[in-house]
Amino acid sequence: MTFVAKPRVHHPRLPVNEIGLTRRDYEGAVSTLCAGCGHDSVSAAIVQACAELSLPPHRFAKISGIGCSSKTPSYFLSRSHGFNSVHGRMPSVATGANLANRELYCVGISGDGDSASIGLGQFAHIVRRRINMLYVVDNNGTYGLTKGQFSATNDKGSTSKKGKPNLYEPIDLVSMALQIGASFVARSFSGDKRQLVPLIKAGLMHRGFAFIDVISPCVAFNNHNGSTKSYEYVRGHSESLVAADYVRGGSEITADYEPGTTEDVRMPDGSLLRLHKLDRDYDPHDRVGALDHVQRCQAEGEVVTGLLYVDPNAGDCHEILDTVERPLNSLGEAELCPGSEALDGINASFR
Amino acid sequence: MKPTNIFDPNYFHKVVDCQWACPAHTPVPDYIRLIAQERYTEAYMLNWDSNVFPGILGRTCDRPCEPACRRVRTEEKPVAICRLKRVAADHKGDITPYLPRVPTEKNGKRVALLGAGPASLAVARDLLPFGYEVHLFEKDPFGGGMMRTQIPAFRLPADVLEEEVDLILGMGVECHFGHEVTSMKDMLDQGFDAYFVGTGAPRGRDLDLPGRQEVDDHISIGIDWLSSVAFGHTTKIEGKVIVMGGGNTAMDCCRTARRLGAESVTVVVRSAFEVMKASEWEKEDAMSEGIPIVNNRPPKEFVHENGKLKGVIFECVEPVKGEDGRLRYEPTGEPDVFMECDHVLMAIGQENHCPWIERDIGIEFDKWDCPILDETTLQSTNPKVFFGGDSAFGPENIIWASAHAHRAAISIHLMLSGQDIKADRPPEGVNLLSTKMGMHEWSYDSEHDPAKRYLVPHADKDKALANIKVEVELGFDRELGAREAQRCLNCDVQTVFTDRLCIECDACVDICPMDCITFTENAEEEALRQRLTAPASNTDQDLYVSGELPTGRVMVKDEDVCVHCGLCAERCPTNAWDMQKSVIHVPQLGSFAE
Repeated sequence: MTFVAKPRVHHPRLPVNEIGLTRRDYEGAVSTLCAGCGHDSVSAAIVQACAELSLPPHRFAKISGIGCSSKTPSYFLSRSHGFNSVHGRMPSVATGANLANRELYCVGISGDGDSASIGLGQFAHIVRRRINMLYVVDNNGTYGLTKGQFSATNDKGSTSKKGKPNLYEPIDLVSMALQIGASFVARSFSGDKRQLVPLIKAGLMHRGFAFIDVISPCVAFNNHNGSTKSYEYVRGHSESLVAADYVRGGSEITADYEPGTTEDVRMPDGSLLRLHKLDRDYDPHDRVGALDHVQRCQAEGEVVTGLLYVDPNAGDCHEILDTVERPLNSLGEAELCPGSEALDGINASFR
Repeated sequence: MKPTNIFDPNYFHKVVDCQWACPAHTPVPDYIRLIAQERYTEAYMLNWDSNVFPGILGRTCDRPCEPACRRVRTEEKPVAICRLKRVAADHKGDITPYLPRVPTEKNGKRVALLGAGPASLAVARDLLPFGYEVHLFEKDPFGGGMMRTQIPAFRLPADVLEEEVDLILGMGVECHFGHEVTSMKDMLDQGFDAYFVGTGAPRGRDLDLPGRQEVDDHISIGIDWLSSVAFGHTTKIEGKVIVMGGGNTAMDCCRTARRLGAESVTVVVRSAFEVMKASEWEKEDAMSEGIPIVNNRPPKEFVHENGKLKGVIFECVEPVKGEDGRLRYEPTGEPDVFMECDHVLMAIGQENHCPWIERDIGIEFDKWDCPILDETTLQSTNPKVFFGGDSAFGPENIIWASAHAHRAAISIHLMLSGQDIKADRPPEGVNLLSTKMGMHEWSYDSEHDPAKRYLVPHADKDKALANIKVEVELGFDRELGAREAQRCLNCDVQTVFTDRLCIECDACVDICPMDCITFTENAEEEALRQRLTAPASNTDQDLYVSGELPTGRVMVKDEDVCVHCGLCAERCPTNAWDMQKSVIHVPQLGSFAE
């Protein structure tokens, strides 16, 4: 960590986005995480994604639980709303926030401890409910804040810093999310912003529950030989299946891909999700196929990354519940509290 | 691109923009840090070592360092380097314990220095500690040369000048003041082992316009007039005065005339305001004293009546940018302008003039009447004779005289100790020393200070204009000096990258406030410059490229706008980045003793 804040001075030709802000305007307070922590790269990727999308920072709700990962909402989008909740309970608070104000961009940041251990039940149910949010897990396979015990996502056989192997099977949050109804499932790596930033952009703009499992190495406790969540291991064992670009206006394509492997998916708001299939045989619209492929690769010790599954038209919790179109804080007293007669009517309808 | 060789002395030297731009390569950030620590004496000596006249230069330097300052690129205004130099000089303590020891027993070699200006004095200072017998010949009764005769006292008080000149003279120079050298041949016959010519560019240019000869009494050459003021021969100027010329001499002339009682003073320049040779601050100072500067008016004729000057007729032109990008001046078609005046001061440039050097003694001159010299050694075509300062390549400024002097002193020493003056010159070098003192602790103040440039207080205008000896700029006091010192970006504390330690975690990329660092596939320089997080459009500034990293990429750092805040090194989990102070070894005669 450092206690020296990043100075306000910036590059003299730093670009300004459509709403007159620079990337630096999307930053947060100085990070107190360890130097080299992958989580800081994830925060930087969120900053870059939001700036490139020209989203207004004050229209964000950042919600987190407890853990190294859950400290990070302080380190990006300092001009937005935030809630640092109880361990493993970020999904509950996010659900409430999103139901109360459906117009905010809801970003949940969690970790492998927060989502796969203490909060596993909460995680499963927010996926099922399809809350319209971007749910990011900074996954480092270790309990960094308590000095490096194995977490629930740590692979069996992967060793601790002292060389002891992990004896338990890992929980794979990507597989869980695929199985129980997430409509946008991706995996990425904190050391690969070229892949991660477009995924965050697409996830933010996706309507429904967007889940990104970001392997984010813990430099202090889980970046050694024997770890399967180290910078070196992930670089050596990952394969990107589908790269994504979020496209507005159709001219933001940055990379060249082989012809015939690109597919445009129209999002409900009219923008495009451009998918570049790096593996021709992989179909990112086949949920069962995706689950199968992810599991097979995992069994071989390979880490598949990219946009693994997307269904842009799956919809979200508000559609399921048929909620009011406007945020609750924009409704008047008469609409929010229609009186005892209306309540009587509702009660009568259940008799 | 190939990996950068950071042990090439020039690589990090170029990153220290101010030091690189300074002809004498003064280690600027180093002395600014000493000022911040209130170690004024050490700051002064660091300056004295490389530029010889810190007190004088702190008031009069042309400051090539300031436009080069990184702050110009990252924010707006440069650090007030020159004014900080003066802070060191104004607040220093006793420097005698730091001065080089001059041996009482001489080494038997005699060196003649011609002219007692900055170049000769600096050569004397470099040579004396090595036991040379140094003889100084000067036509005036004092030392200092143009620093005394051409720079008015309101910019450079006599006591500041004398302190630094006398310091050198007191090191054991054999002075021959009031001794005008009229024949180089005679000098050579006196059998000195080496000669250094530092006689400046003593001839002010004149304009042979109609009427010029008839009103000779009313027209003065700027530098001669300033010199006559400096020596007290001229104490007043009456009536309306026109100063012709747009350089610093013109600014000194007009401000001096204003103080000596002129009814009005106007500066008339043939070229446009923007391209005037005078330094920005000199123009500002003249204008703030109520002196108008009229541009785009080339003079045409002196108008006189009965031998008395009535005024000058000027043509009206305007600058037009030609296809080659150069300014040309074309008549506007307006009628010529007549400007009334009683006296004209000509400050339209000066040139070398060595009629006392016979042309048959092996010293050759080029078609512009400048001596033919080797640029590195400053040796003329007569191996025993060296040139420096304005007499070498034409008018420059004091800091160049110091720079030339160091080179010439090395040459003289090598020649007189039987070595090759080219092959045996001491090499440039660079030392790198980590500034890491512990967790998040660096031996320099790494934090970026967003403060704007502090203004130097000036003397009360009425008082300053009433007396030519009242110094206009008061200089920074300790407090302001300390604040301005904090603005220095410490460009000599380098970001040094060790590729084999890097795990490519991106922490440095994320934390860098200036977007200097990129990890990318390697390419040729032009393509690589475009590929960076922030495209590196300033090709004057180098790219720092690492060796290949495990992912096959390279680290590329654009040196252009790095503020040396050290956050890359603070954020680096493996110490692949370190902040290391670069000490550039600029060859100087003292280098031999190190």
